[in-house]
Amino acid sequence: MAFSATLEVINDIAKINLVGELDASVANDFRIKIEEAAAQKVKKLVLLLQELKYMSSAGLRTLVFAKQKMGSGVTIYLVGATEDVSEPIHDTGFHHSVIMLETYDPEVIEK
Amino acid sequence: MDRIDAYPSHEYQGYKLRPGKPLPFGATLVPGGINFSIYSSAATSCTLVLFRKREQEPFVEIPFVKEFRIGDVFAMTVFGLDWEEIEYGYRMDGPWNPEDGYRFDNTKILMDPYAKLIGGREVWGVQPDWNNNYQHRGRLVADDFDWEHDQPLEKAIEDLVIYEMHVRSFTAHESSGANARKRGTFAAIIDKIPYLKALGVNCVEFLPVYEFDEFENSKINPDTGEQLYNYWGYSTVGFFAPKAGYASTGKFNMQVDEFKNLVKLLHANDIEVMLDVVFNHTAEGNERGPYISFRGLDNKTYYMLTPQGYYFNFSGTGNTLNCNHPIVRGMVLDCLRYWASEYHIDGFRFDLASILGRDQFGAPLSNPPLLEQLAYDPILAHCKLIAEAWDAGGLYQVGSFPAYNRWAEWNGKYRDSVRKFVKGETGLIGDIAQRIQGSPDLYASRGPTASVNFITAHDGFTLMDLVSYNEKHNLANGENNNDGANDNNSWNCGWEGETTDAGINALRRQQIKNFAVLMMVSQGIPMILMGDEVGRTQYGNNNTFCHDNELNWMDWTQTEKNYDLLRFFQRIIAFRHQHPILRNRYFLSHSDYLGIGVPDISFHGTQPWQPNWSDGTARTLAFMLNGDYARGGTVRDDTLYVAMNMFWDAVWFTVPELPAGMRWHIAANTGVPSPHDIWDAGSEPLLDDQRGFLLGGRSVIILVGR
Repeated sequence: MAFSATLEVINDIAKINLVGELDASVANDFRIKIEEAAAQKVKKLVLLLQELKYMSSAGLRTLVFAKQKMGSGVTIYLVGATEDVSEPIHDTGFHHSVIMLETYDPEVIEK
Repeated sequence: MDRIDAYPSHEYQGYKLRPGKPLPFGATLVPGGINFSIYSSAATSCTLVLFRKREQEPFVEIPFVKEFRIGDVFAMTVFGLDWEEIEYGYRMDGPWNPEDGYRFDNTKILMDPYAKLIGGREVWGVQPDWNNNYQHRGRLVADDFDWEHDQPLEKAIEDLVIYEMHVRSFTAHESSGANARKRGTFAAIIDKIPYLKALGVNCVEFLPVYEFDEFENSKINPDTGEQLYNYWGYSTVGFFAPKAGYASTGKFNMQVDEFKNLVKLLHANDIEVMLDVVFNHTAEGNERGPYISFRGLDNKTYYMLTPQGYYFNFSGTGNTLNCNHPIVRGMVLDCLRYWASEYHIDGFRFDLASILGRDQFGAPLSNPPLLEQLAYDPILAHCKLIAEAWDAGGLYQVGSFPAYNRWAEWNGKYRDSVRKFVKGETGLIGDIAQRIQGSPDLYASRGPTASVNFITAHDGFTLMDLVSYNEKHNLANGENNNDGANDNNSWNCGWEGETTDAGINALRRQQIKNFAVLMMVSQGIPMILMGDEVGRTQYGNNNTFCHDNELNWMDWTQTEKNYDLLRFFQRIIAFRHQHPILRNRYFLSHSDYLGIGVPDISFHGTQPWQPNWSDGTARTLAFMLNGDYARGGTVRDDTLYVAMNMFWDAVWFTVPELPAGMRWHIAANTGVPSPHDIWDAGSEPLLDDQRGFLLGGRSVIILVGR
């Protein structure tokens, strides 16, 4: 399944919707979107993962990049990660660095 | 402006190159590229072999041109590589002359000894493709783990209670509660941290976690048809890389992050992490073994060789790493520094460490440079260094290991003496008095912290088997019961193996508790083998190195079935933590240096102040620790009195008198069934008769005077 990463910025929230399979061949596309979001000085980064089927080590590494690029003042939300995606995130401890939500919750993210 | 060293100066088949930096060794990310640096003292040429991940054929082989070599180091920077997607190795050309120690073979692709990540065995137990010409494949790793504020805990070594654990065995059993994907991994251990906390251990010592090959010398047991593995992992493939098959994320190549996350969370729970490291040999075996790395890179430097060019075998596994060669010494030091700094490891236990004190021809050195260097290294300065102070070549250095006032030792004499004493042998009370004090007869100038006190370890019987078997039962290993130790000092309590005899089973539990008490009231550093606290059995097998099954796995249902044992271990460990008089850094002096009328430690027999030193048939001994002397008199503790009766019948002990206003309380009595065998601090019942007590056969009692 082809990978796509689309960025939407509303106020101080950046949302990146990830679709398909995130592996090394497309990780740079994701990385570019993170850099674009970081450039807009947002306060929250929301990664929408409901349609992400698979994430390789390169993809996981890009999450680490996101955390470091956005800086400690930016909260990162991972929304709707499937089991295949969320398990390696948990096993490597990255879930401690972000907020994981099963569904997009405006009460949590937008308030 | 870009740095000038980010520009290539050479090109090969479209790949941009530049002379590399010779240090550090290994593959290092540099601006725009990767710096590859590899040592060989005798290679005539070297070629970098690059693969795309998991592909059998390389996509390019780049020779190191003449100007890319300085001294004995080949160094080259290659630009434009996607470091996450490549695997790398080397071909070395040079003489083939085994009699002189040279075994170069340019048909072999060799793994970098400094590889920080190794592919090829990503998922535990998945049969590799043996047609693949490059089995263990060097990869690169990012150093971007978020440690937050973590750092090594630097606990005082005398405060440790070590738990020796095999990563896979701890959670591989379905009863662990981990899902199938996660069983046997670093990640699964995280879910068991509350168990470790409740048990009270504050240091986990992992059996080897360096990359090894579970399929090394693997075979099918002809009797059972079962696959046998190199399960324990005492055979290193790569010293700088964590075992991918121990990571649930190994298939994503995230084992570094997964292991670091485990270390970080253990630290967050006040538990140190120690690694069992195997520098005495490698997975390449002897002349008939495979080429993985060292043999083809520089056989003569990395291995101890006989004058005829064969491998010395002080490790009992085919080869011996040449640890006191300056180059190998440097690698060992680099390795330990890397694990200490990059993984926040708190200490190291060195397998067959006496080999590390041999010279290049195998002779023991009086001042081994490697051991001295490790003792004084600034980066390792706060790491615990623990030696298994013997080797398979006959060197036995318990008490005489070159320690530089820094090294501790697995105290094999503690194990043997305590086993014999609890078994009921006579003539041991003088010996036991030494062991309880931290073995001053062995470590007079070093203190009790030189002594790691253990009854069982991965080698040998579990504690339950120690009291259930007179003989080893190793047929399942496929070696006709010839492997494994024969000098176990075990006693089956009247029946060989499992039994429904309630009396025998009760006695076994009592003996286990006796061992637990003796370990926890001894000066020095106690170490518990994984599962001993719940009566884990290997069914009499005392050498389960090859079994990926219930012989090694921890059965978590035993935490309920044998709850009385678990409860006892939890409380006796807590007792040790509560009483600093049990955890002195320096030896007790037997003197009244505080002028309070009693010495710090005193020994007693069935009558106070009258130990039976001259009675060769004695099986009883008692000692008293005065709490005023805790930590050299700097901390106030209760006074403790411990009486041991290893005679089979009950014996009356008259206790020393306490100062006015103080009374004896019973903290533990192994001769009494659970739950009255041990009491929480503050709830200890008063000793009925303050003059003494009748102690049951094969029992140990602890009294607290307050």
